[in-house]
Amino acid sequence: MSRSLLSITELGETGLRRMLDTSDHMAEVNRRPNPKVPALRGKTVCNVFFEDSTRTRLSFETAAKRLSADTMNFSVSQSSLNKGESLRDTVETIAAMGVDAFVIRHGSSGAPWQIGEWTSISVINAGDGWHAHPTQALLDMYTVRTALNRPISVDGGSFDGLRVAMVGDIKHSRVARSTTEAFKLLGANVTWVSPKTLLPPVHDESVVANLDEVIEDVDVLYLLRMQNERMSEALVPHLREYTARFGLTPERAARIGRHVLVMHPGPMNRGVEMAVDPGELPGSVINQQVTNGINVRMAVLFELLGSGSENSLTGNTES
Amino acid sequence: MNTPSDVGKQVLGPDDVRRAITRMAHEIIERNRGTADLALVGIQTGGVWVVEALAAEMLRIEAAENCGANPIVVGSVDASLYRDDIGMRPVSPGSVSDLTFTVEGVTVVLVDDVLYTGRTVRAAIDAIGDYGRPKAVQLAAIVDRGHRELPIRPDFVGKNLPTSAEESVSVTPNGVTITQGTDT
Repeated sequence: MSRSLLSITELGETGLRRMLDTSDHMAEVNRRPNPKVPALRGKTVCNVFFEDSTRTRLSFETAAKRLSADTMNFSVSQSSLNKGESLRDTVETIAAMGVDAFVIRHGSSGAPWQIGEWTSISVINAGDGWHAHPTQALLDMYTVRTALNRPISVDGGSFDGLRVAMVGDIKHSRVARSTTEAFKLLGANVTWVSPKTLLPPVHDESVVANLDEVIEDVDVLYLLRMQNERMSEALVPHLREYTARFGLTPERAARIGRHVLVMHPGPMNRGVEMAVDPGELPGSVINQQVTNGINVRMAVLFELLGSGSENSLTGNTES
Repeated sequence: MNTPSDVGKQVLGPDDVRRAITRMAHEIIERNRGTADLALVGIQTGGVWVVEALAAEMLRIEAAENCGANPIVVGSVDASLYRDDIGMRPVSPGSVSDLTFTVEGVTVVLVDDVLYTGRTVRAAIDAIGDYGRPKAVQLAAIVDRGHRELPIRPDFVGKNLPTSAEESVSVTPNGVTITQGTDT
């Protein structure tokens, strides 16, 4: 397994399945009264967030602490980047302090790859521009696998026949890209539900332009965050019109089956894409997504930092 | 894996393994004066089948002696998050730990197929401690092959088997086999 997690593409299907298996171990740890194990004692994880984030940063920090790693938080607003230090110098400075992993969120697509080339430290992509958000995809897969009790592991199992609708702003969404890719790797059928103005220019997904067309034929309804900026960019005429065509309204909520999982990566725009109280939807797994975020991020940290090469330890490692 | 040098030497047959398990079951019951407040916990992954075999045997013995017996409490523990060689070799978690009973105040018999360096047992004892404070922890292994690297000794042993560090030992219900070459 690679020492970095940059995208679902690079992780691949086997890596994805392995992460889900390891997440089961972490979920068991998190069910205990004292959810902490000594696995990553002595390791230091540095969160480097160039964009705002609540859940991802806290989730990574919690995950690292539950594995007994030390954590450092770097926020751009209080850093020497404001004095004109370059990104490369900043990264190399932190690396020189003896860090084992960078968790990076950056507004520019590809930033984690660039940072990975400057340093030999493990790099975990916590979201880069419109491009990728692999740990979100992992937690989404883990949530669906757990909620539907599908036996997916490195030994087999799949989402064959699972119908997924991803609804909203696909073009600007790294979540849509990574999560769609992960669903397809595991065999699910993904349909994008989006206005033409919010679709990427090149893609090979099936697309419908109105939520009503698919709402009665899905098993997973994945709502994406509709950002207010998109209205000022004139990509949507009005948020109310967006809600009318793509939002989960009480009228649509009444039409979805009780088995349908409703997901959202957060933060949620209540009254826009989510025009009902998700707490009243029988299939809402939005809180489980947050909980599972800690499980999968612990798995990612353990797989990347807890793993050594085949030959670094000689001798038999049995009991 | 099936080159001639990999073909192992069988040192115990299926009947030997079965008899060893029967004897260990008797010893565990004798030492603990029954099976109350006792739990068998297999170390993932090799100890899991041994726990099942021991529990079945202990239940049979207790039922024969007492005209009916309570089920034997069993569980399993994955020690991979507690190992002291994390970061030094590929990680290979077994199945997820399954400790659904209350550990507090119970005598836990840790069970593994092979006892070797003792490092996995050390990790498993730490793992158990995170679930509660057992009254005592005892250790059972079908094969003790020596080469301990920690002050850990078994309470119940099926067979003491002198080996060299260049050999590996495999234990199944079908017997015990020694193979040249270490496994990782």
